[in-house]
Amino acid sequence: MSGLTLNSVRKDFGSFTAVNDVQLAVPHGTFVCMLGPSGCGKTTLLRMIAGLDLPTSGEILLDGEDITAVPTHKRNLGMVFQSLALFPHLTVGENIAYPLRIRGAPREEQKKRVDELLAMIHLPGYADRPVAKLSGGQRQRVAIARALTRSPKLFLLDEPLSALDAKLREAMQVELRQLQQQLGITTIVVTHDQREAMTMADTVVVMNQGEIRQAASPMEIYRRPADTFVADFIGSTNLIDMDTDSSGRAVALGHAIPGLSAPGGGRAIISVRPEDVHLTAPGSDGTVTGTVTFVRDLGGTIETFIDCAGKQIIAVSTPRSRPEVTVGQPVGVLLDPGVCVVLDR
Amino acid sequence: MRREAPQKLTDYAPLAFPAIMLVVFFVIPFGTMISVSFFQRQQGGFYTPAFVFSNYERFLSLFFANVLGFSLMLAVLVAICCVVIGVPFTYLLTRLTRRAQIIWMVALLSVLSLSEVIIGFAWSTLFSRTAGITNLLVALGLMEKAVALSPGFPAVLTAMVYQALPYTILVLYPALVRLDPTLTEAARTLGASPLRAFFTVVVPALRATILATLIMVFIFALGSYLLPQILGRPQHWTLSVLITDQAIYQSNMPFAAAMAVFLVLVTLAMVALTLFAGRKRESAA
Repeated sequence: MSGLTLNSVRKDFGSFTAVNDVQLAVPHGTFVCMLGPSGCGKTTLLRMIAGLDLPTSGEILLDGEDITAVPTHKRNLGMVFQSLALFPHLTVGENIAYPLRIRGAPREEQKKRVDELLAMIHLPGYADRPVAKLSGGQRQRVAIARALTRSPKLFLLDEPLSALDAKLREAMQVELRQLQQQLGITTIVVTHDQREAMTMADTVVVMNQGEIRQAASPMEIYRRPADTFVADFIGSTNLIDMDTDSSGRAVALGHAIPGLSAPGGGRAIISVRPEDVHLTAPGSDGTVTGTVTFVRDLGGTIETFIDCAGKQIIAVSTPRSRPEVTVGQPVGVLLDPGVCVVLDR
Repeated sequence: MRREAPQKLTDYAPLAFPAIMLVVFFVIPFGTMISVSFFQRQQGGFYTPAFVFSNYERFLSLFFANVLGFSLMLAVLVAICCVVIGVPFTYLLTRLTRRAQIIWMVALLSVLSLSEVIIGFAWSTLFSRTAGITNLLVALGLMEKAVALSPGFPAVLTAMVYQALPYTILVLYPALVRLDPTLTEAARTLGASPLRAFFTVVVPALRATILATLIMVFIFALGSYLLPQILGRPQHWTLSVLITDQAIYQSNMPFAAAMAVFLVLVTLAMVALTLFAGRKRESAA
């Protein structure tokens, strides 16, 4: 198969398992974001793909070829480090030409490639500048260009945008995605920023405690989270305990919810996004009644905090789609079975 | 922190202590030495104040030129050997676990506690025919029969490198520890083998540190006068040996002082040359 395949890849550091039997297939030309809290094993996984760490067990295949034991410098990949790792003793041009220089490529070829790459990252004419004189965003681009000098099969980025300020980061996310589509290169980015992952990725891989919890498109991850960790980690959500009564009906917040059922008819958890919680007049059909405890008016959206039988529910709505409610007022909360996701407890 | 240029005389007060120490322990003795180098030696006595150049004139002979040349060559060689061994060693040392690093550092520092005399006699035993390392090689079947490796130039060089290496490593260590380890990893992802990454990234990034270390070891080795006597033949004696000989055994203070002043001048010239060459390469690069 063309692309990258990880087969039961595992990494132990002493008695600590950093990556636990990970199985993943990345088709050629896709953009994958590995997302998870710090210490979830995503960077270790990336370093094993790069060959900087060796897996304790399992195998890594690139275009059907087993590269598990191939040393880093023979893997033909490009990597952008969190620290960027630009060589301080070299200029911008020399940094970008480094992979060609150590291969002994002729000077004209090096210069031509450097000019091409500088044009691609919108920094033409910067070849002779020392890297210390660049701004954060410019260094970022140079690190990206250097990783792409050899036209690698695999493009790896470890928290590449974490050092940039918020505005620049958002612009670079778009730019990076456009660059990847233009080059059609298989790309893996490690990040802990879910906005970044949602913006750039074809496939988001959510990791926790060394395991992949879900690997799917950003929409799928958001709409159909596989478990409570994913539901809670990606965006914000209301997690509501659900039970099944003697007649087989689903019960949550003390009310029967028609249209929902727990797998196996036992206890489960409902995940419902705040923007999917609809507020109605209290006592209307199929609603749960609660009391408004707090209203956060953000102008564009309004967050309403509702206490339903001791459980706090958050609803996000636009000013026009929401009935006029104030703190202390009873309100009806409509849980639409179409947008509720039932998860294992 | 606020940084302002000193305004009043009292603002310079914190400098008083180091300034006094420097004057008492460096400027005054060095000044004395310079003036003594122009004094007239009294045969059978000590010296009388005068202003003569005879001590410097005596120095301008082929014999002393040879000794000076040998001393400088030996010091340069020791400095190069120390850096060539020290840089890769220290680089690998910084990649070890904290615990292993501490054990190595303690072992290295313990070498510093040995006096030059002990180092000299220990190596002369190791290089001897009767009890030396060649007996081991004979036992292993690598050599026909045990030979004496000392006195000789390799023996002098080995012992001096042994003595200077801990200093070399101590000077290199902080710079290598601070070196971003992702630099070599980045070089590897860009297609450089670990060895290639070391020579194309680690060494150039540390150029200033390596230059400073070379100068430090060079000056350190120039002052060595016991090891060449213990492990070398008379032709391996350095200028420092001759200075000691003149000052202590021949009681010719003015001539010893003249040689010492000359050695300092030559040393300063070589250091300036090295720094100049280093700066020139930097601006060319």
